[in-house]
Amino acid sequence: MSDSGTKKMALIASRGTLDWAYPPFILASTAVAMDMEVQIFFTFYGLALLKKKLDAKVSPASNPSMPMKMPFGPKALQNFDMPIPNILAGNVPGFEGMATTLMKKTFKNKGVATVEQLRDICVESGVKLVGCQMTMDVFGFSKDDFIDGVELGGAATFLEFAAESDIQLFV
Amino acid sequence: MSDTQVNIELDCRGLNCPLPILKTKKAIDNLNSGETLKMVATDPGSTNDMNAWTKRTGNELVSHEQDGNDYIFIIRKK
Repeated sequence: MSDSGTKKMALIASRGTLDWAYPPFILASTAVAMDMEVQIFFTFYGLALLKKKLDAKVSPASNPSMPMKMPFGPKALQNFDMPIPNILAGNVPGFEGMATTLMKKTFKNKGVATVEQLRDICVESGVKLVGCQMTMDVFGFSKDDFIDGVELGGAATFLEFAAESDIQLFV
Repeated sequence: MSDTQVNIELDCRGLNCPLPILKTKKAIDNLNSGETLKMVATDPGSTNDMNAWTKRTGNELVSHEQDGNDYIFIIRKK
């Protein structure tokens, strides 16, 4: 627990797909708006969320509960869940691109911020972004691949902040 | 509510979580202590969210009411 009265939140972002890009950036930007201090530790596939140009995608393959909704057309059609068999989702070229486009369009229609917007807010409002040095080495990322202001560290860096934090989440 | 003087108004209609909170925070930052903000949202989750946000930040939720699809909040900066 923090002593200063300021609440702290420590997040681990371990996934890099479009759907999983949202939770860490939503929680971090909102926590700062609630006067909390936030650090996000990006590791494994989460490192991709630090890239200068975000290109997070979503795939319905191996994601069986993901509803595919049409972002346009009559309301009844928009509310209809299209079940996507894995054989289609995993094998048809361009399917992932289509799923990504549909999700982005639907989010926009529903007044949801883009991941880029949320990340910008996090950076502007002082969320500390830490890249995991070990997984950067493993996946071949360099600090130049990332947006400005990213710090590098390891497990000890995260744990030191997490030990003082009121909220710790692994995403 | 009608006798509360509003210093600025913020339209968050059509926006979804967490944008109404983030925009409210930004707008409140531009006010002086004691001044009030009127925020209108259509997100049904905004009532709970504004309650939580004001409780956490110490700003005062003077009133909140629903008018059709609109949720109307008056917040006074601490």
